[in-house]
Amino acid sequence: MTEPANPPEKRESLGRAFLANVWTTNPVTVTVLAFVLAMITGGILIVVSDPAVRATFSYFFARPGDALTASWDVVSAAYANLLKGAIVDPQTVERAIDGQVSWKQVFYPISETLLYATPLIFTGLAVAIAFRGGLFNIGAEGQVIMGGIAAALAGFLLPLPYGLHLLVALLAGALGGAFWGSIAGGLKARTGAHEVITTIMLNYIALYFLGWLILQDGIQDPGRTDAISSKVDQTARLPLLVGDPLRVHLGIVLAILVTFGVAWVLRRSTFGFELRAVGLNPDAARTAGMGIGRTYTLVMLVAGALAGLAGSSMALGTAFALTPSFSGNVGFTGITVALLGRAKPWGVLLAGLLFGAMQAGGNRMQIASQISIELVVVLQALIVIFVAAPALVKAIFQLRTAKTGRLETSMARGW
Amino acid sequence: MTTVAVPAAADVLGGFWTKARRMGAVFTALGVLGTIVFGALASSTVDARFLLTENLEGADLVIPGKAGAIGFGLVCVAAGVTMLVGVAERWFPWLLGVAIVSLVMSFLCWQLSTARPGLNFLPLVDVVRGSFTAAIPLILGALAGVLCERSGVINVAIEGHFLVGAFAGALVATIAASVWAGILAAAVAGLLLALLLAVLAIRYLVDQVVLGVVLNLLALGLTGFLYEEIMKADQDAYNNPPQVTNWSIPLLSKIPIIGPALFTEDFFLYFALLLVVVIHIGLFRTRWGLRVRAVGEHPTAADTVGVRVRLVRYRNVLLAGIVAGVGGASFTLALAGTFNKNMTAGKGFIALAALIFGRWSPIGALLAALLFGFADKLAGYLQNIGSVIPSEFLAMLPYLATIFAVAGLVGRVRAPAADGKPYVKG
Repeated sequence: MTEPANPPEKRESLGRAFLANVWTTNPVTVTVLAFVLAMITGGILIVVSDPAVRATFSYFFARPGDALTASWDVVSAAYANLLKGAIVDPQTVERAIDGQVSWKQVFYPISETLLYATPLIFTGLAVAIAFRGGLFNIGAEGQVIMGGIAAALAGFLLPLPYGLHLLVALLAGALGGAFWGSIAGGLKARTGAHEVITTIMLNYIALYFLGWLILQDGIQDPGRTDAISSKVDQTARLPLLVGDPLRVHLGIVLAILVTFGVAWVLRRSTFGFELRAVGLNPDAARTAGMGIGRTYTLVMLVAGALAGLAGSSMALGTAFALTPSFSGNVGFTGITVALLGRAKPWGVLLAGLLFGAMQAGGNRMQIASQISIELVVVLQALIVIFVAAPALVKAIFQLRTAKTGRLETSMARGW
Repeated sequence: MTTVAVPAAADVLGGFWTKARRMGAVFTALGVLGTIVFGALASSTVDARFLLTENLEGADLVIPGKAGAIGFGLVCVAAGVTMLVGVAERWFPWLLGVAIVSLVMSFLCWQLSTARPGLNFLPLVDVVRGSFTAAIPLILGALAGVLCERSGVINVAIEGHFLVGAFAGALVATIAASVWAGILAAAVAGLLLALLLAVLAIRYLVDQVVLGVVLNLLALGLTGFLYEEIMKADQDAYNNPPQVTNWSIPLLSKIPIIGPALFTEDFFLYFALLLVVVIHIGLFRTRWGLRVRAVGEHPTAADTVGVRVRLVRYRNVLLAGIVAGVGGASFTLALAGTFNKNMTAGKGFIALAALIFGRWSPIGALLAALLFGFADKLAGYLQNIGSVIPSEFLAMLPYLATIFAVAGLVGRVRAPAADGKPYVKG
C-alpha cells in the first residue's frame, strides 16, 4: 500500500453528507417530526379521555408506575390497531398461512387505504394546482359535491352500455366540478372577487342544492322516505380491481394516472408554465403578455374538474347513491393533503396515501380499541399545522437550518 | 399580494353610476319582477294576515293577497326609480330600507295568500324574535371577525371557535351546574384557540387562510373526539347544561312587536347588541380603535409613529377569540340545549359572510347578521305553511348575497388593506 504523499482534498462522503443534513429543516425531516409531534399529542388525548387511565393518575405520586404502564398500554394498543387497519395485520397473515382465511383478507387493510386515498388524491391535486397558480381553492368540497351529483345523475338516469356508461359518468362528474370551480375562477378574473370568499360561499350553496335535489321525484330512491337518491346502475360503477371482499376499485389507478398528468402539465406544458408564472408573480406574468384572467379561470376550471373526479370516484365507486353527506369532508381534507404534499403532484399522491391510511386505520382503531375515529382528524390537522410552521418544529427539536431545499413558510397574503 | 388590478365595474362606469344609482337600478328591476311574478301567483281571494301580538286573536294587519303583492311591488319600484333619478345622499339609506321591506312584503303577501288553508298568517313577534335569536351567534362571530381583521389578521376559524366554545360551555356548565361557569369556560376555550391562531400567524408567519382552515378541522376533530369519548357515554353527567334565563327589561318590553320580541330575551342577545355598540364606538371614536385600524391598513406607518403592531394584533385576535367563544356557548346554553358533533353546521361561515357583507364594520355586521337571521327564520316558517319555495333555496341566500357583494354587483366591499399580511419589521 503506497499512500500518496499529498492525499487529495477529502470529499465529503455521501453518508457523512446525509448525517449532516438529517437534523436540519429539510422537508423530509420536518414532515417526519411533524408526524411524530402529532402522534404524541394524539397519545396525550387518548390518555386524557380514557377514564380508567385517568383514574391511575389520581395516585400518580404514590405509584407512578401504574399510570405510566396504563398510559403506554392504551396508547400503544390504539396505534397498533391504527397500523393494522392501514397496512397489514400479522394475525390475519398467520391465519392465512394456516389456511383459515383466504389470502385476499391479508390485503384488506391495504385495499381500504387505497380506497380512502383515492378521493383525497384528487381533491389534494385540485387544491395543489390552484396553489401553484396563486389561488387558494377552499371550494374543493363544493366541487366534489357538484361533481358527485353530475356523476351519479349520469349513472342512474342514462341507459348506456358497459364501458361507455362509466366513461360518460366520469366525464359528467369532471364537468360538474369544473363548472362549479370556473364560477369562482371567472368571478376572480372578471371582477377581482377573492376566490377564498367565493369558494367558501359556493361550498354551502352546493350543499343546500344537494339537500334539495335528492328529495325530488325521479332523483330520490322510490323505495325510501329519507334523503337518499336512487342507486347508480351497475354499468356505471367503477369496477373492483381484485374483487370481493377487497373494495379497492379502478379509481386509484385513475388517481395515479391523473397525478402523472398533472405533473406533466405543470412541468412541460405551456399552460403549466403560465400557471406557475402567474402564481409566482402575476404582475410580471402580465408584463410578459400572459392573460392573467384567462389563466385564473382555466386553473379553477381544471381544479374543479379534479375535485369533480373525487366526487365521481365516491359516487361511482363507494357510495353508489347520493346522501346529504356523501362527500365526507374530502374537500377540506384535500386542503391538508395539498399542504402536506407541498403542492407538488407526487407529494400530494404520497400525502393522500398517508391520510387514506390513517382513515382506514382509524376505522380499525375505533372498532378494536373503542377510540373515536375523530382522533384521525385531530392528527391530520396537527400534522399540517406543524408542517405549515417549520419554524416551530425547528425550535422544538433544535434543528439546524438546511443548506438546500429549505422550507419556507407557505405564502402569506391578504384577501 | 396577489390582488390583480382588474378594473372594477365602478371605475369603468364612473361618474353617473354612483352606488345609489346602481342600487336603484337593481331594486327597480327586482320590484318590476316582484310585481309581475308575485302578483300573478298570489291568490286574489285569500288575505294575508300579519299578527301584531303573540296570540291569534290579537290585533292584526290584513292585506288582500293579490293587491298586497302588486301594491308593495310597485312601492319597491317607486323607491328604486327614486334612487335611480338621484336624490340627496342622506335619503339613500331610507329609500334602500323602503325598497327592501316592500319587496319582502310583496313576497310575503304572495306566500301567505297561497299557504295551506288556515295558515295564512305571519306572527310578527315570533318572526322578529326568531330572526334575532338566529342572528345572535352570527353577530358575535362577525364581531370577532371585525376585531381580528381590522387589525390585519384574517379569521376563517370562526366556525372552529364556535365549536370549542359550544363544547366547553356545555361541559363546564353541566359539571358546575352554572351557566356563568359555562360562558366563562367558552370564553377561555375561544381564547386558547385564538392564541394558537395568533402565535402561528403573527410569530410563525403561517398563511392565515390556511391556518384558519386547519384550525377549523382541529376544532371539529377535537370536539368530536372528546364528545365521543367523554360526553356520549354519560350525557346526564357531562352534556346536560342549564340554560340561560330570559330577562324582561321593564318598560321597553311593553313596546308592541319589538318589546316582547327583543326585550324579554337572554344574556346572549343583550351581550351581542351591547358589544356592537362598544366595538363601534371603540373602533371609530377611541385611541385604541385608531391604532387598530392603522395597524390593519398600514402597519409600517403605524410602526413608524410608535404603535406596537404585533402587540395590537395579539390583543385583538385574543379578544376576538373570547367573543367568538361566547358566541359558541350560545349554541349549547341557549339555542340547542346540548352539544352535538359539528352542531354549528356552517354558522361560523355565515358569520364570516356577515362580516364581509357588512363591510368589516360592527354596525354593518349587525345588519347583515339580522338579514341572514331573518332569512333563516323565514325559511323554517315558509316550510311549515307549505310554501312552494324550497327552504334550501332560502338557506342559500346569505351565501349568494355575499358572492354578489364581493363581485361588486351592488357596490364593492373592500377588506382592510393589510388584512392577512404578516408584519415583519425592517
